[in-house]
Amino acid sequence: MAGKPRLHYMNARLRMEPVRWLLAAAGVEFEEQILENREDMEKLINDGSLMFQQVPMVEIDGMKLAQTRAILNYIADKYNLYGKDIKERALIDMYSEGIADLYEMIMRLQLFPLGEQDAKMTQFRERTTNRYFPAFEKVLKSHGQHYLVGNRLSKADIHLVELLYNVEEIDPSLLTNFPLLKALKTRISNLPPVKKFLQPGSQRKPPIDAKAVKAAKEIFRI
Amino acid sequence: MAAKPKLWYFPGRGRMESIRWLLAAAGVEFEEEFLETREQYEKLQKDGRLLFGQVPLVEIDGMMLTQTRAILSYLAAKYNLYGKDLKETVRINMYADGTQDLMGMIMMAAFKPPEEKEENIALIVTKAKTRYFPVFEKILKEHGEDFLVGNKFSWADVQLLEAILMVEELNASVLSDFPLLKAFKARISNIPTMKKFLQPGSQRKPPADSHYVDLVRRVLQF
Repeated sequence: MAGKPRLHYMNARLRMEPVRWLLAAAGVEFEEQILENREDMEKLINDGSLMFQQVPMVEIDGMKLAQTRAILNYIADKYNLYGKDIKERALIDMYSEGIADLYEMIMRLQLFPLGEQDAKMTQFRERTTNRYFPAFEKVLKSHGQHYLVGNRLSKADIHLVELLYNVEEIDPSLLTNFPLLKALKTRISNLPPVKKFLQPGSQRKPPIDAKAVKAAKEIFRI
Repeated sequence: MAAKPKLWYFPGRGRMESIRWLLAAAGVEFEEEFLETREQYEKLQKDGRLLFGQVPLVEIDGMMLTQTRAILSYLAAKYNLYGKDLKETVRINMYADGTQDLMGMIMMAAFKPPEEKEENIALIVTKAKTRYFPVFEKILKEHGEDFLVGNKFSWADVQLLEAILMVEELNASVLSDFPLLKAFKARISNIPTMKKFLQPGSQRKPPADSHYVDLVRRVLQF
């Protein structure tokens, strides 16, 4: 029997969290090899385990996968969370990329909180409520279905709900004018594997704190 | 008969160039509409064709696709340039994502202040020679085949050729330590559809110059 997927990353959300969410939503148990410091990272680099000397890296099905998107798309494909044909896949990808762009802004805010904080936070709020949330609210409104694409759960729903939780932690009022997004959040959160992941004691990581920011800067040299 | 795909973007490489390369590689004729003014851009946004208010936009098979990676994945799948199974597809994705990271650096460099230009170029060339090119040289060495994945021409090969040529524009001798990449470059350049695209008069765009940078800044207002 194949071993469980093994995730290599530090003990924080950042770029690995979408992978944790997706595996959890697919009901797939996974192990984690936690990078505690720069030495751990260098060992992994020197082992030749990291294709472009970067993490996330996921060991799965005899492969050492790098590049978050490649990892997520592999998992989605394998566990049928990628639509029924290439046109549905294109929509799922388009939505996932938009979500990733907003999540990238969130990570920047978390890792570089000083300096341009105010300007960046203003831009983040504006993008959230004027660009991204309206786009997804409109998609859900246009077909009235329970999921973003093809009337079926896909990676796009998982990534979006993860994003909604992240935004809510920054400012819950940002979700106010988006009833369909809120309903999606509730619906997806109630799916048994997601419900389990949202409970304390799961492999879901907590919001980043000052200690983790410091560790990230040391481990990733950023 | 299906209409030709239609591309909306600025008259330059930017984020659209990889899409032009892939369409060309697949031997697919395409039309282009160039955004040169703020007014054109705002009209496109108001028309509701840009899901997140951004270009690239590709109209294909009745869809208005945005998000570069979503477009590229769709094209790769549609034109059989995405491997024969999940394991090949994930490798193609990993390699393509890596080269996209490298090409992204080159794209951003055009918009940095002129006094940082030399330093930026040096950094990009170093990354190419130490992080990216060695990976692909090793892959080619290990299987000894003509193409990166599955002994068959794929999206990964197109991306790598594009990346090699872009870095060579910054430093002509960058492949001096990579004999297999040199041979790869010659081989892929000689594929009829690639050869055609590399000839003057094709839809391939030139490197960004100050005129292009000013145009993009004006249209996107940054």
